[in-house]
Amino acid sequence: MAARVLFSQCCFSELLPVWLGLVTHPVHTHTRSSPGHKLKGNQNVPHNSSLYKKPFVESFEETPLWVAVLTYMGYGILTIFGYLRDFLRHWNIEKCHVARERDEQKDFVPLYQDFENFYTRNLYMRIRDNWNRPICSVPGAKVDLVERVTRDYNWTFEHTGKVVKDIINMGSYNYLGFAENTGACADAALEVTKMYGAGVGSTRCEMGNLDIHEEMEQLVARFLGVESAMAFGMGFATNSMNIPALMGKGCLILSDELNHTSLVLGARLSGSTIRVFKHNNMQSLEKLLRDAIVHGQPRTHRPWKKILIVVEGIYSMEGSIVRLPEVIALKKRYKAYLYLDEAHSIGALGPNGRGVVDYFGLDSKDVDIMMGTFTKSFGAAGGYIGGKKELIDYLRRHSHSAMYATSMSPPVAQQIITSMKIIMGEDGTTLGADRLRQLSQNTTYFRRSLHEMGFIIYGNEDSPVVPLMLYMPAKIGAFGREMLKRNIGTVVVGFPATPIIESRARFCVSAAHTREMLDTVSLLKYHQRHKEKGTSELF
Amino acid sequence: MFQKEVLFCFFSQAPAYHLILEGILILWIIRLLFSKTYKLHETYKLTEKEKEDLIEEWQPEALVPPVSKDYPTLNYDVVTGPPSHKITINGKDCINFASFNFLGLLDNERVKQKALASLKKYGVGTCGPRGFYGTFDVHLELESRLSKFMKTEEAIIYSYGFATIASAIPAYSKRGDIIFVDEAACFAIQKGLQASRSLIKYFKHNDMEDLERLLKEQELEDLKNPRKARVTRKFIVVEGLYINTADICPLPELVKLKYKYKVRIFLEESMSFGVLGDHGRGVTEHFGVNIDDIDLISANMENALASIGGFCCGRSFVIDHQRLSGQGYCFSASLPPMLAAAAIEALNIMEEDPEETHRLTFKLYFGFVFLYSVHNKLSFGICLKLVGVPVAPALHLELERSSGSRESDMKQLRSVVDYCMERHVALTLARYLEKEERFLPPPSIRVVVTVEQTEEDIQKAVACIREAASALLIS
Repeated sequence: MAARVLFSQCCFSELLPVWLGLVTHPVHTHTRSSPGHKLKGNQNVPHNSSLYKKPFVESFEETPLWVAVLTYMGYGILTIFGYLRDFLRHWNIEKCHVARERDEQKDFVPLYQDFENFYTRNLYMRIRDNWNRPICSVPGAKVDLVERVTRDYNWTFEHTGKVVKDIINMGSYNYLGFAENTGACADAALEVTKMYGAGVGSTRCEMGNLDIHEEMEQLVARFLGVESAMAFGMGFATNSMNIPALMGKGCLILSDELNHTSLVLGARLSGSTIRVFKHNNMQSLEKLLRDAIVHGQPRTHRPWKKILIVVEGIYSMEGSIVRLPEVIALKKRYKAYLYLDEAHSIGALGPNGRGVVDYFGLDSKDVDIMMGTFTKSFGAAGGYIGGKKELIDYLRRHSHSAMYATSMSPPVAQQIITSMKIIMGEDGTTLGADRLRQLSQNTTYFRRSLHEMGFIIYGNEDSPVVPLMLYMPAKIGAFGREMLKRNIGTVVVGFPATPIIESRARFCVSAAHTREMLDTVSLLKYHQRHKEKGTSELF
Repeated sequence: MFQKEVLFCFFSQAPAYHLILEGILILWIIRLLFSKTYKLHETYKLTEKEKEDLIEEWQPEALVPPVSKDYPTLNYDVVTGPPSHKITINGKDCINFASFNFLGLLDNERVKQKALASLKKYGVGTCGPRGFYGTFDVHLELESRLSKFMKTEEAIIYSYGFATIASAIPAYSKRGDIIFVDEAACFAIQKGLQASRSLIKYFKHNDMEDLERLLKEQELEDLKNPRKARVTRKFIVVEGLYINTADICPLPELVKLKYKYKVRIFLEESMSFGVLGDHGRGVTEHFGVNIDDIDLISANMENALASIGGFCCGRSFVIDHQRLSGQGYCFSASLPPMLAAAAIEALNIMEEDPEETHRLTFKLYFGFVFLYSVHNKLSFGICLKLVGVPVAPALHLELERSSGSRESDMKQLRSVVDYCMERHVALTLARYLEKEERFLPPPSIRVVVTVEQTEEDIQKAVACIREAASALLIS
């Protein structure tokens, strides 16, 4: 019985990696320009600095060796304990909460391999309370969380019925603060719901093409500065259904290492050959392009039909911005096509909020296919593709989404129209310009204050996505919980979304955050960091 | 010390040629170790100039091929105003026989009020995926309501109907597994199959003998290699009500085959949810099959529930897995809360008034009988045949005799649709991606019967179709 209690609490295994982390939190002690500062891959000075109108500063500090060793040790200890607990569960010494197969189907081939779920059962389950936190208010700068407790170490949750109010929300993708339930956007959406209803009931090419969709697409085309645009109901599906419509067998897709799952799925479904280049590394991309054109298709050496370079505007796990001027120069030189996924950068970058093309001051006609989503900066849902008229006409006839998937809901379309007009300044106010400026100021301020405190921050200086490195597995859980206790909601990410030793906390700065809120977040961490003996931020 | 002496003796006593030979062999090994390996394809090396020339000469194809101007889907029909029972399409007011508004909930006042209330509380978008502050209490409520309604343990919601089954299949079935699919499966299922990279075996539509034959063959294969068979999962994917052929799958026989050959069943119920069964629970209720016998039921909420999105329901053992490995769930923003609230209210209406589904069933029979009369007119001039079963809400009208070319068939059917639209009956052609579909269904007009249509509406529509066919389709 005592042994059971000891094992079921398993405090030792949870705290040991934590103790390891206590002694050793990696600190970024030197400034960026010092020679002893090791940088991974991307250097501070871009390869062709003449292409950039302003300095492009990105940093990805290399993991210190001792941190890497301790992180691996932490994972090793957790794995050993995982095996131990599996053993105990198998012999029924410990209560098993894992759902079981039906008795009638016990002799079927097992649906899951035991090994597949090892990570889920033994590592993810222990810190599961940091994710899927239910909220019950607008996902704005401050949010209300539904309080939930677990009596069996995260296997099941119960809602107490109470609401934790006014948590500072550093996790939602609300860059321009359009997640609101009052104001021009909400009023317009209300009117449209009253008139059109919530659903549509048909596909775009059958009976689901409403006049509001056409208006929205024309507005999107004008916003991006392209000839024509088409919108879809889901951002993920925009990628996974349109890349196969454009690429096929005999084509080559060059995709960045850290591209989003939807881009990878779309590339796979298209049937083309996929080659991966190192993240944001132009030499790697150029080498792949040259090799592809010179040697042709593998084995037959036939020339490739088309080459498509797939990049994202802002990479959401790294906070890095694509080196667009260099990519466009390469694309023009080697006659490839460019697919730019601006899920996070549209509305969030650039003096006019037109995305990464605006940020670098380039011409949007140079990007063949401009894709983006409406979920992040516009407070709606769905995705779009913009480009030349022939491209969009082709997609209208051949996109999987237009033929088989229900079109976008009318109030969502109206939200996009209203928010886009505000950003463009067409509603007659300066609200859009104010918000863009506020976002840019908040980003700079937040990044600078975190950096001055000595945390290791990845990514570009101007990117509103701010990853803060944690490294140790136990810190992932501890950081998320401690921040929640202090009424700040953060997002922590670990394996498999990031490499195994590079777990991080990710902050999304919003135009709706005030200076006070950002100060609360960064100073809290500062106090944690320098409390007591100047060791870690866990207590 | 001792060993050094032994070694010295050894060397001094060996014959000279022996030492020289060994020395040469050692040097040869060292040379081989350090010499460059030859790669087969690099037996030639291009000079820099040749590479530059190749790069200069290479011309890619155009990004998109040019499309002819009179392609059928060049111009979409534009709907002004709400897409409900009375629809204004291309400027004409028509009765809607084309939208999947089976229970007439698209313009229901209660549903709209709930959506408005939710909008006032939460705004429109969720600004994040389910894992990162994108889970709202409305989502959790909808999931628990759906699972209670369907009498299963758990349900999971997706924000896009197409993505539901297309994410569910690859979450369970990986490379090396085997899936038996009906030939008439819809496009979303085909994309799910493609993403799963499993071995796909098609069986003839609704043909249980063909399926049994395939299963027997697989059993024999398994006997040859039992170790591999112990880890190869097998699935059957069928639809409750097929969207392409408007008929029902034989579920009781499928369940028998399931237990005989140890395969799991995934059931796609987009068209049958809210339509079949006494309470609208779908094809399992229609046949009286125990819902636990079906491993996964997937449906979209865009037809009967008049919202957006989709859901999967089943036992927790099965459904919980998708929360971490369903791609459309983890990596995509969650469903806007107002649409979830609209779905909850629609579900409330369905539960309160099971008579609604009875009314729908009655209407369906009525509609079917009338449409069947179009088919039954054996006098010449009418060459449309009705495809589908009486309980299907979305029936197909195909050409009795095809002209041989799909394009001209489509043009003829389009002319029938235009004729009907002039007379205030909104119909649509069933659209497919011709090059992408595995088994392309023949061109057809899709007629949808809903609860909102009165008997006069249905009679008027049938008369209109009859007129159009006799005027335009003289064979």
